[in-house]
Amino acid sequence: MSNQLIQVKNLHRQYADTHAVKGISFDLHQGDILGFLGPNGAGKSTTMQMLSGVLAPSAGQILINGIDLLDQPRQAKSHIGYLPEKPPLYPELTVDEYLRYSAQLRRVANTEIDAAIENARQLCGLTEVKRRLIGNLSKGFQQRVGIAQAIIHKPDIVILDEPTVGLDPIQIREIRQLIKQLGQQHGVILSTHILPEVQAVCTKVQVINQGQLVFNGDMESLNQRMECTGIITRYKQPPTAAQLLALDGIEQVEQLTDGRFRVHINTAVDVTDNIVQAAVKNGWGLQELTPEKQTLESIFVELTAADITADAAQEALA
Amino acid sequence: MMFHIALRELRSLFFSPLAWSILAVMQFILALIFLALIESFENHQAQLIAMNAPWGVTDLIVNDLFMYCRLIFIAICPLLTMHILSEERNSGSLNLLLSSPVSMTEIVLGKYLGILIFFFCLVLLIALMPLSLLMGTDLDLQKLSAGIISLLLLSAAFCSLGLYMSSLTRNQIIAAISSLGLLILFAIMNSNESFKYFSTLYHHTPMLKGIMNSSDIIYYVLFIIFFISLSIRQMDNQRLQS
Repeated sequence: MSNQLIQVKNLHRQYADTHAVKGISFDLHQGDILGFLGPNGAGKSTTMQMLSGVLAPSAGQILINGIDLLDQPRQAKSHIGYLPEKPPLYPELTVDEYLRYSAQLRRVANTEIDAAIENARQLCGLTEVKRRLIGNLSKGFQQRVGIAQAIIHKPDIVILDEPTVGLDPIQIREIRQLIKQLGQQHGVILSTHILPEVQAVCTKVQVINQGQLVFNGDMESLNQRMECTGIITRYKQPPTAAQLLALDGIEQVEQLTDGRFRVHINTAVDVTDNIVQAAVKNGWGLQELTPEKQTLESIFVELTAADITADAAQEALA
Repeated sequence: MMFHIALRELRSLFFSPLAWSILAVMQFILALIFLALIESFENHQAQLIAMNAPWGVTDLIVNDLFMYCRLIFIAICPLLTMHILSEERNSGSLNLLLSSPVSMTEIVLGKYLGILIFFFCLVLLIALMPLSLLMGTDLDLQKLSAGIISLLLLSAAFCSLGLYMSSLTRNQIIAAISSLGLLILFAIMNSNESFKYFSTLYHHTPMLKGIMNSSDIIYYVLFIIFFISLSIRQMDNQRLQS
């Protein structure tokens, strides 16, 4: 197993009367881009704030590169770069001044500061605005300054809280590209409620709901879940449901309106061919054949439906 | 590290019109007072000589000028300290500091240092006025330096109180009003026999006369340490609870 960057054990966070995070445990390895999904108010930002040391957890343990964040905050935090939901910018500073200040705060050695600023500027495409005041930059550039701040000290872990909120589609594409690039050298945790974003950039996915992890796995297992489980067919002369059910590989047939059927299939058999051949042989006049895929959205909705617990979801996966 | 935070604080302060306007208005008012004091000194000079009075220029002009200064400090200190922690919390930039390998003590001390440097510049500007009298007359330089040190101590104490008020709330105006209230409270304690000893002004007056009591200096040092540690505690608590 590759290098473990973050180990989170049984993390809890209690606000005055709400239990925002209830016992989350997971780990992150080098080269992972972890997508942190969840509806609003699920505890995403709280978890990320705890990981970055901004909030203290009520209970639990966070190990950053094997260093306890609570016992040795200074050493642990030097491995983290964090972009909060609202970029922590000073509008009255120029981009360069701000990056210099961030580098100093992150204890980058004086001799390396210029190189670090140059590097972050280039990665985030800030070279042409380096002398401008942050307050005068567009939202997209401000977001990039926020990301530059998080990577200026080349941390092992980059934590980005909703990095693409409020950006236009082109900027979103650029930021995603940037995140993918970051994932090659750093471990990245990315929170979002934009589902395609996760599909586009992440290698691992976690879904959090009501303060609990309801899904934790890699993108592949999620893709498997999304594989075709049913087919919609439409015929000119519809057969009876029993005739369809007799075909090899069809496990269940639902009759829909205007000559449509939804057939649930056994993925081990090549059902599509069977359906087509039967239709030709019997002259049913096949008009439509659509594989039905479960989308990430439907999985997300299913997972975050209030009554599903982590255990049930894990069982459903297995 | 503290120094970087202090420099950033100062830089932001000087980028805002607030600092400049405070400096300008304060300097203008003190200059008027200064002129009035000189004028009245000139009018009474003959009398003073005739009476063979023990007071000189330093007592009558510099002392009175510094007495006015502390009133002005009570008014401007809340304006300068109100944003110091509350603004960062409100704008979210505090998260940059909190996620950096910097301790809460360094953050709070750095910010305090930033505002302190500003006040030291301010006291320096004020001190230039009495120093300009050197061109025409002799001054009691030791008394003058005692006065300057007293103003530095006083402003450092006021700032520590403002810092704490700013750590309590996200709202700058509330921070300003509550520090103004407390500063006035600590000032009027001077007129009450039983609370006199807690007053910030009570410990200031002897210094203006050139008497540097170690007990007065210790009072200010304790005052500053008290409010700074409260601020650090408050900021740490917010990390745990908010």
